[in-house]
Amino acid sequence: MMGRNLVPDPIARLPWQVILPLTALVLFGAAVLYSAAAGSFKPWAFNHMLRYGVFLILALCLSMLRREHFKDFAYPIYAAVLVLLILVEAMGKIGGGSQRWLNLGFMTLQPSELMKPMIIVVLARFYDDLPPTMTANWRMAIPVLGLLGVPAGLVMLQPDLGTALAICFGAFVVIFLAGLPTGWFVTGGVAALIAAPLGFIFAMHDYQRQRVLVFLDPSSDPLGTGYHILQSSIAIGSGGVFGKGFLNGSQSHLDYLPEAHTDFAFATMAEEWGLLGGLFIIGIFAWLLHWGMSTARRAPDRFSQLLAAGMTCTVFFYVAINLSMVMGLAPVVGIPLPFVSHGGSSMMTNMICIGTIMAVERWSRTGRRSLS
Amino acid sequence: MFKALRERYLQRTDRHITSGQLANSFERRAALIGAVQGGLGLLLAGRMAWIAVAENSKFSMLAESNRVNLSLLPPRRGWILDRHDQPLASNRTDFRVDLVPDKLADADTTITTLGQLLSLNAVDLQDLRDRIEESHGFQPVEVAASITAEAYAAIVVRLPEMPGVIPQRGFTRSYPTGPAVGHLVGYVGPASAAEYEKERNPLLITPGYKVGKDGLEKYYEKTLSGVPGARRSEVTATGKIVRELEMREDVPGQPIKLTIDGGLQDYAARRIGLESAAVTVIDCQTGGLLAVTSMPSFNPNDFSDGIGRLQWKMLNEDDHIPLLNKALRGLYPPGSTMKPMATLALQQHGVSPDERINCPGGYRLGNRYFRCDAVHGAVDMRAAIERSCNTYFWSMAHRVGYDAIAPVAKLLGLGAEFDLPGTAQRYGTIPDAAWKMRRYKQEWSAADSLNASIGQGYVSVSPLQLAVMTARMATGRDVQPSLIYGQQKPLGPALPFTAEQLTVAHEGMFRVVNGAGTAVGSRLQIGDIQMAGKTGTAQVRAMLARGSGGSWKSRDHALFICYAPTDAPRYAMSVVVEHGTFGARAAAPIARDVMTYLFDPSAAWDILLALEKSWGGTPTERMAAKYRNYVTKVGTAAPKVGDEQAVAAAITSADNTEAPTESGNANRVMQAEEPSAPAAAPSIAAAAPSPAVAP
Repeated sequence: MMGRNLVPDPIARLPWQVILPLTALVLFGAAVLYSAAAGSFKPWAFNHMLRYGVFLILALCLSMLRREHFKDFAYPIYAAVLVLLILVEAMGKIGGGSQRWLNLGFMTLQPSELMKPMIIVVLARFYDDLPPTMTANWRMAIPVLGLLGVPAGLVMLQPDLGTALAICFGAFVVIFLAGLPTGWFVTGGVAALIAAPLGFIFAMHDYQRQRVLVFLDPSSDPLGTGYHILQSSIAIGSGGVFGKGFLNGSQSHLDYLPEAHTDFAFATMAEEWGLLGGLFIIGIFAWLLHWGMSTARRAPDRFSQLLAAGMTCTVFFYVAINLSMVMGLAPVVGIPLPFVSHGGSSMMTNMICIGTIMAVERWSRTGRRSLS
Repeated sequence: MFKALRERYLQRTDRHITSGQLANSFERRAALIGAVQGGLGLLLAGRMAWIAVAENSKFSMLAESNRVNLSLLPPRRGWILDRHDQPLASNRTDFRVDLVPDKLADADTTITTLGQLLSLNAVDLQDLRDRIEESHGFQPVEVAASITAEAYAAIVVRLPEMPGVIPQRGFTRSYPTGPAVGHLVGYVGPASAAEYEKERNPLLITPGYKVGKDGLEKYYEKTLSGVPGARRSEVTATGKIVRELEMREDVPGQPIKLTIDGGLQDYAARRIGLESAAVTVIDCQTGGLLAVTSMPSFNPNDFSDGIGRLQWKMLNEDDHIPLLNKALRGLYPPGSTMKPMATLALQQHGVSPDERINCPGGYRLGNRYFRCDAVHGAVDMRAAIERSCNTYFWSMAHRVGYDAIAPVAKLLGLGAEFDLPGTAQRYGTIPDAAWKMRRYKQEWSAADSLNASIGQGYVSVSPLQLAVMTARMATGRDVQPSLIYGQQKPLGPALPFTAEQLTVAHEGMFRVVNGAGTAVGSRLQIGDIQMAGKTGTAQVRAMLARGSGGSWKSRDHALFICYAPTDAPRYAMSVVVEHGTFGARAAAPIARDVMTYLFDPSAAWDILLALEKSWGGTPTERMAAKYRNYVTKVGTAAPKVGDEQAVAAAITSADNTEAPTESGNANRVMQAEEPSAPAAAPSIAAAAPSPAVAP
């Protein structure tokens, strides 16, 4: 029985409704990167597609795993990632720099990236284990805050505000969906409103404070930090409805757009493909996220539900923050656009999320099959 | 892990939360999250549509203004030419690097990197930092001009990491003869912040654009400056030009052509050698100035990127006052060079040129004894010039009064300011009774007449005035000096001297050089061309040291005026060597060699090149060596140079007189002394109870 389940389904049974739009998005992203490199597959576009290929296989393998595997390995892997986080922190302290990755020889690994999906797995497992009657018990919030607070704090220390926010966001979504009393979230929201200015004053680094200030008033510093937001708006705005045409973007090709191949890849795209290109990307993300949330709602049990919804929201967080940032609706935070921006870590995290949702979808099918 | 807990709580508590309730809650909350996601998606799509459609034209324009850079091309400055169309100031094509302080990402790192790429030493870097500090941020600051193609390429490669640095190919003002034309032509430099703030002309803050700061460069700025070109080019964010879209050539400024003979100007400046001197040569026929030199000078080539601390220290510490244009702004007692002029005044007042005066070695006025340089015996007017006999002029001046001489001095150009645009002159003093009363509230005394008659006392003149006086005496016409070629000044009213009267002065001056006079050692050695002249040795202050003794500052000024050829005067010249001791020794040889250059340049060059070997090279070479010496000796310890106004003020106020000219003159009365107490009273002015003594 078990052995039969591990055997891969026929090709026809692969989740093509996800793979096809995703591949289209990645290929479109590769075209943007090809243009950002002034019409060259090197150094970004080719790598981008290669990584997608590799991580797609990884995601498909992940989708073959059984629910029990996720549950059994939730705590051990979480603990392992936590150790890695502490390790980079220690190494950074010793090395004197703000190094966020471990050099494994064959690749560099950012443990904070792995923490994004892992926090969701571990919290889903926690609430799955927790008796329903205890959901609203305040004592049960303590281990949750511990599970979240330690890794989020470590990442914050690095300092990597974007990743820390992403970890917290995924975690809060799981906690919210787990059914904690609404009152707690209202209280938490009010507390956050009070804490935000305090954090702004005491916890943030100068450059982070600067980014927030410039976000609130981009024109205050047109050649400094506001430059990024302004140049991004110029790229999107000058693209118009149909764009300037493939390889014709002046903002990206003349280096006015900062990080044209990573954080601001959407602006690079919008300049050349216009509003239509933007709606294409937003449309595909809408399709993917809708698929993710539907999968969560159709999931056979509490663990799978929380898992799928959490993973979907992690991808959503990337998309929402990145797009808001390039359109001037959020401060500049170093968060790339999934499947479009160049970057291995982001591709890995997002493909883990997609693979996990695929797994949940498969459990739903097998679950129904086993029920019938 | 939670098994035990779970069981305990399942037994103990019942909060009425069931799996079913949680599932319902999940369903509701997931729907909410889905709605939030969808809402945000719509918001983002709407926001994008707003930027891309509604604000499209605004952002398209911004993108275009990013992409296309309109840059001004500084116009080539008009050349300054000499009478033979040789450039005194031209433009050299070169590679240069400027920076705009406001646009630097990290000033310190950028300066360090530039220093390494251009091999700047600590002094250069200090000067660069000073210039940046002076620049008000928005003004471009020159890092270096005339850099090698390799250094240029190295900077271009590093440009992405150095925003605000502008390497370019441009034109740099070049003065081929350097210090020789510094005082005359002036120099250029970047426009000051004040000028930009007044005009708001973007050309003024275009890297490489220079405006005239002094002399002719400043006065003829409008003529010389030209019309800038413009270039539309596609540029990257770091300012690298991707391609040129459109180009409009600049219109070079108009040249101005001077009466100056560039070769002569250079020769005269170099012939001055280690002395502090002014040589002025004037064309007797046209009044055109052929050479107006003052040395030591500054090298205008070194000034165009701003004046460095060490340069400034070097110029200010030099007791030869390199900042002073001695030809136009130096004032000196003319001494015996006044004597030929005085003979014209005497003849006008009925003194026969053949009347002889006995010179027993001095002249007694009341109880004071004015000592002559020698016992000349019986001298007539011509011999008095030839042998520079003071006794003759004292006794004649006592007879006719100085008020008879002063008008002639003024008629010949002494005490006058000439109409020479672009120059700043000082006109000195030709005293008379009315002047002294006005100035000192004192009566003119007989002793004053005596002193003034031999060019001492209150008299002070500029080298230019001496040259004009010589030209007027040589030709008998009211020659007007001019500096712009082809704009000869019309002659003034005819001079009231007969040919006979002029001939007496001419013959006297001829004999000074060619007879038994004071300057026979400076006879021209070129065929049958002969020179007439007059030496002068003018005392500086109380007779602490007569002639060559004592400290440099207390030595006599050496003067010489001359013209040639004697039969048909073409060139007139004055040479003033500050503290040069005797006119015959220090000034006349310079005049001889400069005059030789006018008739036989190669012979003159042979003499000069031999001399320069013993002087340590050309003035430019000597200045460079001195600068290197300062770099090792002083390094970065020199004080800061003041701002532009301070520099301009220093140049205008540079002065060779230690006290205000007129009051200083009262103590210069030295040609005589009381015989009864020579040691105790070195100065007649100090010893005699004469009202001539100024307090």
